[in-house]
Amino acid sequence: MAKKSNKQYWIIWGALSVLVAAYLTYGLLEKASATQPLMAEGRLMLLPGHTTHAHHQIELACESCHTEAFGGGELIQEACVSCHAEELELGDDSHPASKFDDPSNVERLEVLDAQQCITCHVEHKPDITNPMGVTLPQDFCAHCHSGEDEMPPDHKDFGFGGCTEAGCHNYHDNRALYEDFLVKHSTKPWLLDEPQLPKRAFAEAAMEMMMPYPMDQYPLEPLSAEQHDAPSSMSVDPKVHADWLASSHAKNGVNCSACHVNQDPETAGEMVGQWIEKPDHTGCQSCHDKEIKGFLAGKHGSPIAQGLAPMTPAKARLPMKSDVHDTALTCSTCHDSHKPDTRKAAVESCMSCHNDEHTLAYKASPHFKLWQDEIAGKAPAGSGVSCASCHMPRVDVETEEGSRMMVQHNQNDTLRPNEKMIRPVCMSCHGLGFSIDALADPALIKNNFNGKPAKHVDSIDMAVAKDLEARQKREEEKRKRAEQASEEVSAEAEGSTVAEEYEEDFDEYN
Amino acid sequence: MKKASALKLSLIALGVLATAGVTATTAIAAKTDDGITAKTMTDALHTVMAADRKIYTKLIISRLAKKEKVITASEHWKDEKALVLPAQMFRYASEEVAKKKPSFSYKLLSEWPINKQNAPKTKAEKEGLKFIAANPGKNYYTEEKLGKKKYFTAVYADTAVSPACVSCHNDHKDTPRSDFKLGEVMGGVVIRVPLK
Repeated sequence: MAKKSNKQYWIIWGALSVLVAAYLTYGLLEKASATQPLMAEGRLMLLPGHTTHAHHQIELACESCHTEAFGGGELIQEACVSCHAEELELGDDSHPASKFDDPSNVERLEVLDAQQCITCHVEHKPDITNPMGVTLPQDFCAHCHSGEDEMPPDHKDFGFGGCTEAGCHNYHDNRALYEDFLVKHSTKPWLLDEPQLPKRAFAEAAMEMMMPYPMDQYPLEPLSAEQHDAPSSMSVDPKVHADWLASSHAKNGVNCSACHVNQDPETAGEMVGQWIEKPDHTGCQSCHDKEIKGFLAGKHGSPIAQGLAPMTPAKARLPMKSDVHDTALTCSTCHDSHKPDTRKAAVESCMSCHNDEHTLAYKASPHFKLWQDEIAGKAPAGSGVSCASCHMPRVDVETEEGSRMMVQHNQNDTLRPNEKMIRPVCMSCHGLGFSIDALADPALIKNNFNGKPAKHVDSIDMAVAKDLEARQKREEEKRKRAEQASEEVSAEAEGSTVAEEYEEDFDEYN
Repeated sequence: MKKASALKLSLIALGVLATAGVTATTAIAAKTDDGITAKTMTDALHTVMAADRKIYTKLIISRLAKKEKVITASEHWKDEKALVLPAQMFRYASEEVAKKKPSFSYKLLSEWPINKQNAPKTKAEKEGLKFIAANPGKNYYTEEKLGKKKYFTAVYADTAVSPACVSCHNDHKDTPRSDFKLGEVMGGVVIRVPLK
């Protein structure tokens, strides 16, 4: 009797084991498991550790980084580069891998292999992950930059770990921190005389054909109610129709088919599909290609880019409002499809999900006051500061024909490290020194810049002092050289006098 | 006794010279995987590099930035909307070449670098730069081992070909030397070819 009962248990145990193994194997090998709620748990159980803040929203897309089952470090590096190469290049990366290609760097690379992203950024290691996703101890700069040859005299009393912490240096992006830039902007006041954010220029860009805009099909002319091109067989919701008619789309000739029928971005406007009831981001792409690219690169859109279900506030690590936890993030989450209102998208859309201290303090901040004044028409366009002004700023992007102003929809493009925000955002209104100090003050960031920075970062003062000292030294050297040259000229003059005397003697002799 | 020691000394000196000569000859005779000597290869590469470098400095920088003053040249060329400096042009090209993973590498170094990262690091680089500065018109050739790889390393003098080279280097706030004159050696081009 006992033996029979044991056998039953063994069978149940065996069957359960097979089921669990099958469940985990499916999660491991089949990417589709990441998009199936029940199966995704299996994939999650296999994670060797949670990923950093940069990748957690796509951590179930294992194949994005582990492109082959038994791939080595080279494949991982290729995966990093495939997503991040462009932004590193645009950021004038101070330590590009190409800088270390020369064989004379072999000893340095043995200490710290600066050609592999994973030397500093190891994923799945939350216990040793520092800010910026760095998994090395914070004195990593000192591996190469130490000693008299590397450290300037005015840095000799600085600690090892402070290089990237003090608001002075970044490993990759130093566009707002390099010495000559600090000196050039050293005298700017905390608030500029004419604070002004860049203006929108989408229509101008479309007019100049600096983007694949299907101008022939959708000329920039207002459309009337009767001109809509939805199929006649469809019953159009009167509210949707009215919203569209009042929108900037209808006012600028963008008809229903522009979004509801897939356009080929390559051929600008050629329709390649049937009517789509609920278009996804590809419906916006033929006109807003750069904006979509930014959205897909950022935290809001990267799950879609990696073939996962859209991001939801529930998956975020920042505090989010509980009533919107399951809201899927697509273009239309922030931009109402038929009533696209960029002002709403710039503040209310953000605040409807984000619930952290910085966000909650916004409406008590001087920036919000400026925004209200702009909305109310009391202040000029570009003087108000919305959430998007800083986190999705208007930036100049390069295109094949030149450049155009666009809204950077990658919310991380100006964050982490936050000095990336200084040039495209802060310096439109503030001096460089104030901007550096403000972004180095965590308490000020939390209260949404309601006040002035508590501490001062010395970088500008140091750069100015060094510049002055060097200039004085150069002047002194120039003065000495001039003196020396003048002495040489006198000596030559004296020499010619002797020659002249000799000449005279010679003449006299003859 | 004196004669004997003089003879001994002469023999030692001869031996040292012969060894040095053999080493130099070995370095010069070293062949690449494709059968041409490494020296032929580096000399040819340097001829092209030096010509491009001279043309860019004279026809672009000196003419447009110094003489006609229609545009400036700046190390912060992107921010200043200026011309790329000749040394930067050389370095960017070197990095671009490196991306193609060719069978050689090159760079511009100096004993008096404005950017400290362009100071010589290896023994061959240090010796080579000193040699070309002390022996105008001569190149430096040697073999060296870096990591586990052996290289044929050639160092060629990089001279001030235009007044723009001299004035920019002498006036730069980070320059460790401010008395360069036209035609003087300011640094050296180091070209390396891996050997078997």
